[in-house]
Amino acid sequence: MTRFNRRTLLKASAAFAGASTLGFPAISYGQAEKIKIGHLTPLTGFLGALGAYAQLGMRMAVEEINQAGGVMGRQLDVMSEDSVNPATAATKAQRMLEQDGALVLMGETNSASALTIMQVAARNKKLFIQTGARSDALRGKNCNRYAFHTDIPNTVMVNAVGKALLRDNMVKDKKFFGLTADYIFGHDLLAAAKRFFAANQGNLIGDELIATDVTDFSPYLLKIRQAKPDVVCSNLAGNQVTTLIKQYAEFGLPYPIVGFNLNTADAWAAGEGNLAGIWPTVWYHTLDLPASKTFVDNFTKRNGKPPDNHAWIEYVAFKIMAQAMNETKSTDTDTLIGYFEKETQFDILKARKAYFRAWDHQLVQEAYTFSPKPKGQAKDKWDLITLGAAVPNANEPMEVLNPTKEQNPCSL
Amino acid sequence: MQFGFLLEQVVNGLVLGGYYLLIALGLSLIFSVGGVVNLAHGAFYALGAYFSLEITNYLGFGPAVVISPIAVAMLGILFERYILRRFYTADPILSLLVTFGLAMVAEQAIRIIWGASPLPASIPPMFRGSVILGDFLFSRYRVMLLAVVAVVLLAVWLLLNKTSFGRVVRAGIQRPDMVAALGIRLQPYMTAVVMLGVGMAAMGGAFFAPITIVHPAMGAEIITVAFVVVVIGGLGSFWGVVIAALLVGVVRGITIHFLPAAGEASIYVLMFLVLLVRPRGLLGERIEKFE
Repeated sequence: MTRFNRRTLLKASAAFAGASTLGFPAISYGQAEKIKIGHLTPLTGFLGALGAYAQLGMRMAVEEINQAGGVMGRQLDVMSEDSVNPATAATKAQRMLEQDGALVLMGETNSASALTIMQVAARNKKLFIQTGARSDALRGKNCNRYAFHTDIPNTVMVNAVGKALLRDNMVKDKKFFGLTADYIFGHDLLAAAKRFFAANQGNLIGDELIATDVTDFSPYLLKIRQAKPDVVCSNLAGNQVTTLIKQYAEFGLPYPIVGFNLNTADAWAAGEGNLAGIWPTVWYHTLDLPASKTFVDNFTKRNGKPPDNHAWIEYVAFKIMAQAMNETKSTDTDTLIGYFEKETQFDILKARKAYFRAWDHQLVQEAYTFSPKPKGQAKDKWDLITLGAAVPNANEPMEVLNPTKEQNPCSL
Repeated sequence: MQFGFLLEQVVNGLVLGGYYLLIALGLSLIFSVGGVVNLAHGAFYALGAYFSLEITNYLGFGPAVVISPIAVAMLGILFERYILRRFYTADPILSLLVTFGLAMVAEQAIRIIWGASPLPASIPPMFRGSVILGDFLFSRYRVMLLAVVAVVLLAVWLLLNKTSFGRVVRAGIQRPDMVAALGIRLQPYMTAVVMLGVGMAAMGGAFFAPITIVHPAMGAEIITVAFVVVVIGGLGSFWGVVIAALLVGVVRGITIHFLPAAGEASIYVLMFLVLLVRPRGLLGERIEKFE
C-alpha cells in the first residue's frame, strides 16, 4: 500500500480541487441535457385501459429513440402521468411546463381533457401533440396553433363506417336509434353522425345520452326494443362500448348494430361471440404491411400481448416528434410548428404516408373499418376481427374523409 | 302500450335491484353487527369477478360462480381477523380510512396481477338471448340471476331468523352489551358475518362478470350504489335493504324511461328524499349504538 506524505497529499488535494472547478463542469456541459417531454393519458376511469396501452407504446418508442442515440444526441426524458379528469389534466400540464421543464406536451385520449391541455399549451406557447382524442371540436371550433392531432377525428370515423353502410344499402330510409356518450366526444360524434344521416336520407328516430359511468344498459335496451329501429348505432366511448356490446348480445335484440367508435382494447374485452356489426378503427395489429408487422412483433415480444390502436398511435406520435426535432435540429415551438405546417410526410406504419393538414393541424391518414370474425376463425383471443380495406381508396386523396374547410370552423 | 313499456321498465328494474341487493346486503350486515363502514366491500366484488374468470378457464362457469365466492369468503376471514377486528370499538373514522386504503390497495393489486385492460367474459351459451313473456322481454341470463338472488336471499333470511346463529347476530345488532352479559362472545359471529357479506359481494361479481366490464376499478363503481341502497333501506334492517335495492332499480328504470338524462342522478334524489322524510331509512331500526 502506498503511503502519502503530507506534501503529496496536499498537491493531490489541490489538483483535485482544481479539476473539480475546471474539469467537471466541462464534462457536465459536454453531456447534453435531456429533452423533457410531458405525457398525460387517462390511467383510471372509463378510458383507463386505453391509457395503459398508450403508455406501453410510448415507452417502446422512447426506448428505441434513445437507443438509436436520442434526438440531436440528447436523450428523451418522458414524465408520464394519469390525466385523471379535465381539471387535473390542465393542472398537471401546467406543472410539467412550468416546474418540470417539459419542452413539449404529448398524449391524451379523453377529448374533454385534451381540450384543457390544449388551452394550457396555448397559454404557455408550447407544442402539444394530441394523440388519442377524436372530438371534431378539438381540430374544429376549439383548434389552436399549438395543438396537433394524431388520431382520426369523429367525422372520419363516421365517414369510414358510413361508406361501408352505404355499400351495404343500410342508410337510405332506414330508422336509426343512437346511444351517445354524454360528454364532448359523444356529442361531437352524434353531430357528425347526424350530418351523415341527413346527407344520405337516414332517419335518426331516437337517441339516448348515456353517462360515462353507467354499467347497466338494460333500461336503454328496452327503449330500443320499444322504438323498433332498423339499425342501432353506438356513439359511445371507452369501455361504455364494451358494456353495450356485452349487454346487447345478452338481450339478443334482433336489430343490427353499428358503431362510429370502438377501440381495439375495448373490443377485446367484449369476449368471444359478443361483438357484432361494423366499426371504424385507425389501425389494427393484423394490418398486413411489413413495417406494421415489425412493430407488432417487437411490441408483443416486449409486453406479451399485441398493441392496440392507442399503443400504436403513441408509438408513431413519439416517432413523429423525434423526427421533427432531429430534422429541424431544434426543440423550439415555432420551428417545430413550421416544420409540421409544411405538411411534411411521416411514415406511420400504414400503406400511405401521413401529414398534418396545415390549416387545422389534423394528421391526414388512412382509416379502416372492421367486423367481427365468424366464430371459430380467430387464431387467438386478440384475433377477433376482420379488418376491411383501407379507406379512402388508393386513387382518392386521403383528405376526402376529413371535414372540409366549409364544414370545419377552425381558424388558426 | 305506453303503460306496457313502463311496466317492462319496472320489472327490469326489479331484476337489476336483485343484483344491487347481493352487494348491499353484506355491506349492511357488516355495518349493523360491527359498526364498520366497509369501503373495501367493492374490492371483494371485483375479486369475485376476477376469481370466477380464472376458474371459468379451467372448470367452466358453473363451478366458477360457486368456488369464487367461497374463496373470497375465506379471504374475508383474514380480512376480519387481521384488519377489521381492531376497529370495532375504535373511532369510526379509523375504520373508514383503513377500509378505504384497503380498497385502493386491492384495486392496484388487481391491476398488477391481471393488468389494467378489462378481461373478456361471456355468458355461457345456455343462458344467452332473451325470453319473451307476453309483452315483456327478459334477458335469459338475468332471469337466472334473479332466481339465484331469491335463493340466496331466502337462505340468508332463514339463517338470520330461524337459527340460533341468527338469533345471536340479531341480538348483537340491537344490544351487544346484553349479548356479552349473557356470556356470548360476538367475535366468532362477526367473522361469520363478514365471510357471508364479502362472499355475497363476490357472488355478485362472479355473476355479473359476463354482462359488465371486468376491470380493476369495477369495485369502486358498485360501492356507491350499494351505499345508497343501504342508506335508503335503513341500517340493521334486512327487509329495508331488500326493498331499497328493488326501489333503486325501479326508480332508475322509470327515470330513464321518461327523463333519460336524469337516470343516474335519480337514485341520489331518491336517497335525499328518503333521508329528508325518514332520516333512519325506510325500515331502519332505532339502534342505540348509532344514535
